[in-house]
Amino acid sequence: MAETNQGMDVGYVAKLACIDLTDEEKTLFQGQLDQVLQYVEQLNELDVGDVEPTAHAIPVYNVLRKDELGESLDHNAVMANAPSSANGHVRVPKIIDQ
Amino acid sequence: MSELNTKTISELAEKLAASECTSVDIVNDVLTAIDARDAKIGAYLTIDRESALEQAKAADAARAEGRKHPLLGIPVAIKDLLNVKGQPCTCSSKILEGYTAPYDATVIAKLREAGAVLLGRVNMDEFAMGSSTENAALGKTSNPWNLDHVPGGSSGGSAACVAADEAICSLGSDTGGSIRQPAAFCGCVGLKPTYGRVSRYGLTAFASSLDQIGPITKTVKDSAILLETLCGLDAKDSSSIDMEVPRFSAALGADTSLAGMKLGLPKEYFVDGMDPEIEKSVRDAVEHCKSLGAEIVDVSLPNAKYAIAVYYIIATAEASANLARFDGIRYGMRLDGKDPAELYGKTRAAGFGSEVKRRIILGTYVLSSGYYDAYYLKAQKVRTLIRNDFTEAFKQCDAILAPVTPTAAYRKGEKTADPLKMYLDDILTTPINLAGNCALSLPCGFTSKGMPIGLQIIGDAFKEETILNVGHAYEQTTEWHTMKPEI
Repeated sequence: MAETNQGMDVGYVAKLACIDLTDEEKTLFQGQLDQVLQYVEQLNELDVGDVEPTAHAIPVYNVLRKDELGESLDHNAVMANAPSSANGHVRVPKIIDQ
Repeated sequence: MSELNTKTISELAEKLAASECTSVDIVNDVLTAIDARDAKIGAYLTIDRESALEQAKAADAARAEGRKHPLLGIPVAIKDLLNVKGQPCTCSSKILEGYTAPYDATVIAKLREAGAVLLGRVNMDEFAMGSSTENAALGKTSNPWNLDHVPGGSSGGSAACVAADEAICSLGSDTGGSIRQPAAFCGCVGLKPTYGRVSRYGLTAFASSLDQIGPITKTVKDSAILLETLCGLDAKDSSSIDMEVPRFSAALGADTSLAGMKLGLPKEYFVDGMDPEIEKSVRDAVEHCKSLGAEIVDVSLPNAKYAIAVYYIIATAEASANLARFDGIRYGMRLDGKDPAELYGKTRAAGFGSEVKRRIILGTYVLSSGYYDAYYLKAQKVRTLIRNDFTEAFKQCDAILAPVTPTAAYRKGEKTADPLKMYLDDILTTPINLAGNCALSLPCGFTSKGMPIGLQIIGDAFKEETILNVGHAYEQTTEWHTMKPEI
């Protein structure tokens, strides 16, 4: 893992995460997160080549249910939360330029 | 003033059964305490006065008709990341401004079914990311034992309101210690159930492989009463386990013998930098358990020291995915843009606080192409080693005794400038979430400056009964839990 921490580009990753950062935030987070990444380098001490990864603490596999019609949330109550809506739909800015 | 707010669930259940008070009396006393103290404590974000009194009236009427439940008519404070139908659910974040929950979380539905009174919602670190409740966008919470000190976090409001007798009990959530650590800082009893015990439907997800909802109470008995009400399989949460739920409280009687009980003491848990006063109190508690008949055995958790590194990779990775839903489209705050991408970027910039942004960025990075194996996969493998340590340890003992935190509650502002320093405080609580076990935090002393100290009793998966029994025996033979802060 030593080769991985060539420094994260906070500005680039923030863009991937869809968060606009100010220049002050970029500088601050860069320093703080470099420190955190340096700290987690300690995992390199361990040889975990043959170890199975744990995704969930309790083994639960493929929980299925019957495909039956059930009760849904109240449409009006859900739509009331939308910042902008019309005719029972959420309104968003235009996605495709014509 | 009758001060019913200072009582426990089990004391009030007896009084209610004997018609010595009504639920309306209890709610009135709690509301009076909130009015008198919460300006100082800052535990509550919203208080549902009228609704609470209506629910109390309904509980009194149900009791008159013969209904029985230990929580019937008992007011409960709710951490503000649980959906309560018709109420806000802010997660102490600006990004959920204006959101009204259209449904009840499963634990809320269970509380309603039991007849508990939903009193209001309490403060927390934004999206449960923090250990001091200082990362809260909507309120400031103080430790009832010293108002200049933090209450712990992220369930800081849940612990502070119980410690200040502004609630009888509360619900919190624990992803890396967020129930146990504030309970320890405020001198309450906090329990993180085994992963899968309690449905998370309606809990705003932080790190889905770690999150659990649990009770914060004044006694171990109360913890058992609340826990047995919350547990059980739920079709709406596929990680909940189909397993019989024991009546935890029924097993807690007058017998305080720990004869036949093997309690493990992990040497790695007395870490460098631990406050000597904490170490002394915990070692005294171990001796006390020995005097009750327990056999103390040395156990080893050699990989526990990697827990922080593993936790802050796994938790942030999962958070970066879970918090993608806060995008300004379907609910909450929206800052408009010329296209969706601009809208997302602006909304999330304005809506999230610094710690949430940091963790989303870190989580996005460790999951990104080229870094996934080196960080995320590696962390999942070390997680296996941490789990295996506990599996081995529980071959030798019934439960493990340990501190909850390396230090007691600290002054506000002391660690806010250095996120890594704050993260390192979670060293004794995160291994339990990574392993998926259960653990109880209960008062076992005070520092010379008068701040509470917590004892952690760690159990194997689905052994809540064991840790509650040990905790109850300890509590029945000590006085720490009876101490109250002067506010």
